[in-house]
Amino acid sequence: MTKSNAIFKRPDGRAFDETRPITAKVGVIKNAQGSAMFQIGDTQAIAAVYGPRNLFPKFLQNPRKGILRCFYNMMPFSGHGERIRPGGSRRSKEISMVTQNALLPVLNLDDFPNAGVDVFIEFPQTDAGSRCAGICAASMALADAGLPMKDLVAAVAVGNINGNIIVDLNYAEEAYDGQVADIPVAMLPNSGKVTLLQMDGISEREELKKALELGKKTCQKIYEVQKQALKGKYKVD
Amino acid sequence: MEQKNHMLKYLQKGIRFDGRKLDQYRLINVEYGVSNSAEGSAIVNVGDTKIIVGVKLAVEKPFLDTADCGNLMVNAELTPMSSPDFEPGPPTETGIELARIVDRGIRESHAIDVHKLCIKEGEKVWSVAIDVCTLNAAGNLIDAAALGALAALKDARYPAYDLEKNAIDYGEKTDKKLPLECQPIAVTVWKIGDYLLVDPLPQEENAADARLTVTTIADGSVASLQKGGDCPLSVEEVDSMVGLAIEKAKELRKALG
Repeated sequence: MTKSNAIFKRPDGRAFDETRPITAKVGVIKNAQGSAMFQIGDTQAIAAVYGPRNLFPKFLQNPRKGILRCFYNMMPFSGHGERIRPGGSRRSKEISMVTQNALLPVLNLDDFPNAGVDVFIEFPQTDAGSRCAGICAASMALADAGLPMKDLVAAVAVGNINGNIIVDLNYAEEAYDGQVADIPVAMLPNSGKVTLLQMDGISEREELKKALELGKKTCQKIYEVQKQALKGKYKVD
Repeated sequence: MEQKNHMLKYLQKGIRFDGRKLDQYRLINVEYGVSNSAEGSAIVNVGDTKIIVGVKLAVEKPFLDTADCGNLMVNAELTPMSSPDFEPGPPTETGIELARIVDRGIRESHAIDVHKLCIKEGEKVWSVAIDVCTLNAAGNLIDAAALGALAALKDARYPAYDLEKNAIDYGEKTDKKLPLECQPIAVTVWKIGDYLLVDPLPQEENAADARLTVTTIADGSVASLQKGGDCPLSVEEVDSMVGLAIEKAKELRKALG
């Protein structure tokens, strides 16, 4: 594999290990048991948790424990280019599923047999990295709902552009004219374990290792932002 | 029924659950430019009800019977995020009716001059897609959605368009606004027993017998109507509902800023 030797500069001038500005807030949807907003650059995720509540259709109920269901949805006007047809797609179905798998390891729903916990994740605007922002928002919303959790889940996309390992790709970087690998990761900040891992593109084994290290480091930073936001709800001025 | 009787006793005294007068709206707040992905966007808060609206523009082929007119479309998503009563899945009756009421208000008042959306007759016209998404549903979704749609249209700017290549650069917004000719405002008047009120809470909506959505423009003329609920209305009642809607629309128009 050939790699360019030219010095790589990120389109928006960020350092390789620098994320876009992050803001997070808890308690943004009044009707929900728990909710949170997580924004990284121009990508904004809002998550709302309903439940534990009665689960329908009934055949989904598990008499041993509660069920987690995640729903990832981009608002029709939140795409980078043209309008997105509402009503879900193969892409949103898959992301909903991997989001569920990313969050489930921290939850303990043994005390809620036959019940369901629904997590709805919506995006008013996006600029790449939406599944990771969605997971960050969702884990904060679950904590805000007061569900028993072992840890939060932090997530970020790392990337490999022509052999340069960078964090938090924006759309311009995803669409970069060269060898691009996009690697979304979700991690449990306390154990350092990976709960979501995907990659589109080509990377060497060593590069992948380096990318995961950078992901781990960044997830720690995001974890601090998430904790601050959760505490912020109870702050008295 | 129990709750409705209780409510009626208080309405008789001119008091509502949250202490408002019958013809009083909750606090209205409009925020413009809330989504960088949309060509125009707004968030509207009416009390605890919160709605986001985005406008997307595209270049399409016109319909055969309106070859020199742009296309206009309103869609509403009652997201399951916004209420425990909404479920994921295809749009329900409520959602479709909501979208169509907002659509008719804009279309029939000629708020958008669709002729000005024509690029080349019979070949290329701008299409305007208005998407309403509920963030928190706490009563009076229709008025909030219509107000949000208008705000998002006011906020919209055309993206850069290359006629030769027939390509839109969504990354580059021009400062050209949509051809907005007037401002249609929807006010829904609700009937509970013998009483007329505006901006209901969900409990009041559940107890209501009928409603009438009246969309008016600045000079007070009525651009569209929609009666809801299964209780019949007398002609006198319709007249006083329209009168109340015209009055209240002035307040909502001010909230647009």
